[in-house]
Amino acid sequence: MFANISKSVISHAKFGSISRLESTLVIAEHNNDSVSTITQVALTAAKKIGGEITVLIAGPKCGPAAEALTKANGISKVLIAESDAFNGLTPESLTPLILATQKQFNFSHILAGASAFGKALLPRVAAKLDVSPVSDVIGINSSDTFVRTIYAGNAIQTIKAKDNVKVVSIRGTSFEPAPLDGGNATKENAPAGDYKSKQIEFIKQELSKSDRPELTSAKVVVSGGRGLKSGENFKLLYTLADKFNAAVGASRAAVDAGYVPNDLQVGQTGKIVAPELYIAVGISGAIQHLAGMKDSKTIVAINKDPEAPIFQVADYGLVADLFKAVPELTEKL
Amino acid sequence: MARVLVGVKRVIDYAVKIRVKPDKSGVVTDGIKHSMNPFDEIAIEEAVRMKEKKLASEIIAVTCGPTQAQETLRTALAMGADRGIHVEISGPEYDTLQPIHVSKILAKLAQNEKADIVIVGKQAIDDDCNQTAQMTAGILDWPAGTFCSKIEHGQGELTVTREVDGGLEVVKIKTPAVLSADLRLNEPRYATLPNIMKAKKKPVQKITTKELDIDTTSRIEVISVEDPPVRQAGSILPDVDSLVVKLKEGGHI
Repeated sequence: MFANISKSVISHAKFGSISRLESTLVIAEHNNDSVSTITQVALTAAKKIGGEITVLIAGPKCGPAAEALTKANGISKVLIAESDAFNGLTPESLTPLILATQKQFNFSHILAGASAFGKALLPRVAAKLDVSPVSDVIGINSSDTFVRTIYAGNAIQTIKAKDNVKVVSIRGTSFEPAPLDGGNATKENAPAGDYKSKQIEFIKQELSKSDRPELTSAKVVVSGGRGLKSGENFKLLYTLADKFNAAVGASRAAVDAGYVPNDLQVGQTGKIVAPELYIAVGISGAIQHLAGMKDSKTIVAINKDPEAPIFQVADYGLVADLFKAVPELTEKL
Repeated sequence: MARVLVGVKRVIDYAVKIRVKPDKSGVVTDGIKHSMNPFDEIAIEEAVRMKEKKLASEIIAVTCGPTQAQETLRTALAMGADRGIHVEISGPEYDTLQPIHVSKILAKLAQNEKADIVIVGKQAIDDDCNQTAQMTAGILDWPAGTFCSKIEHGQGELTVTREVDGGLEVVKIKTPAVLSADLRLNEPRYATLPNIMKAKKKPVQKITTKELDIDTTSRIEVISVEDPPVRQAGSILPDVDSLVVKLKEGGHI
């Protein structure tokens, strides 16, 4: 009888403290200077899981970004790995560092934002841990149950991950970015090791320069499609975007036609955005494009084809020639 | 010259509007048009171009899936792959098959076939995971060139241009390596009728996960698959002025 009682007490205690057993490692993305917004989003997701949060920041130079992270509310520790080995933040150099960190601290969750960085890195880490990663999560129901979209956002899948370590990438538009203030995390050096990879050499990055807000975090996005007819005509959208301090995006058709660089592509295989206002100009609204923008609060479509599928998701549609409507709209704002 | 292994997946055709099953267990796949995952077409095309430039000696196309997956393999063969391997997986085993399992299969086959390069698409348009290349590279301990928009071949190395968030990135990786194809890597060719006929004669080897000694135990439980929230119907405005009014009402200006 006594044994029975203690058994039930133990199981009860176990259940009650389940969230305290969770501990999450967030892999920070940064540009040697500042933390990317998607890392702040991942921090919010980490808080939803519960338990202690540690952030790992690696790179040739981590100073200011690491400093900013220590001020984020709710983080207990920032692990810093500053070395030229992490030049270009290649998965080949970061994975052994993350594995060493995991070995030392035994986290229940490893998180990063579902950006090009997170998408390239986390599955390699998961493979090494022999666990199945969970990609581009839009909701966290519990420490092992995640919500994500499949089929270009046309179905929402809820899954329970059965592996002991959950390796999860977080969709940048599905959680609010955690503010980098109100906290006081300790700084520590990450486990030391020779992390330089002989397999890969980072050569260079060619980033599109722009004074505009970042596409994935902009409050307003003005996007153009094939209807713009040329790269030159995209100027119309830039002028309109200036009125809103908006980011400019594009459909795949506009990117493939060479009107704008590929990093402006919004859609299933480009960027996912969810701004307050999305203005789609000369975009028909293929399934693959809608996947990237249909969570926008307000959608405006300007298209001369009244049958264009974009009108089925638009809050406000204007059936008009964009070459007349866009300059007129710009002028009236 | 490199031996190239290409992973191809049979998925619901990209133009199909999918339907969620009423019991919320998944999406309706029976009687629905399927085709090769568009990113995998790009992967095959790249391998075939390597062969045409005499950079590759043999292209082996691999697919994991039920009997119907062989059609996808035949398409790959018609595009120029030399032979196919069909890893037969069906029923409940296929329902919970994930990139981790496929990666283990591809890694094992890459070793068995002594491949120097493994190419897959950057993501499958059904599960939208974007994991297989990265995991295959991890299992093999090979470097990965993910989201490639350009691949240049050197001596024992590849210079890869990758599509990243802010633009492009260039890395040099040692072979053997795993690559994943992004949209702008190339324009896949159409399989011509004579090539489709020829592909019927190309060898396809059938193999099971058991023979490969790969454990396909499910790592996830699908709790539900549901329709996304439906957006409220909007309105068509008569002119730019009414749009300006609506934008003001919405607090956007």
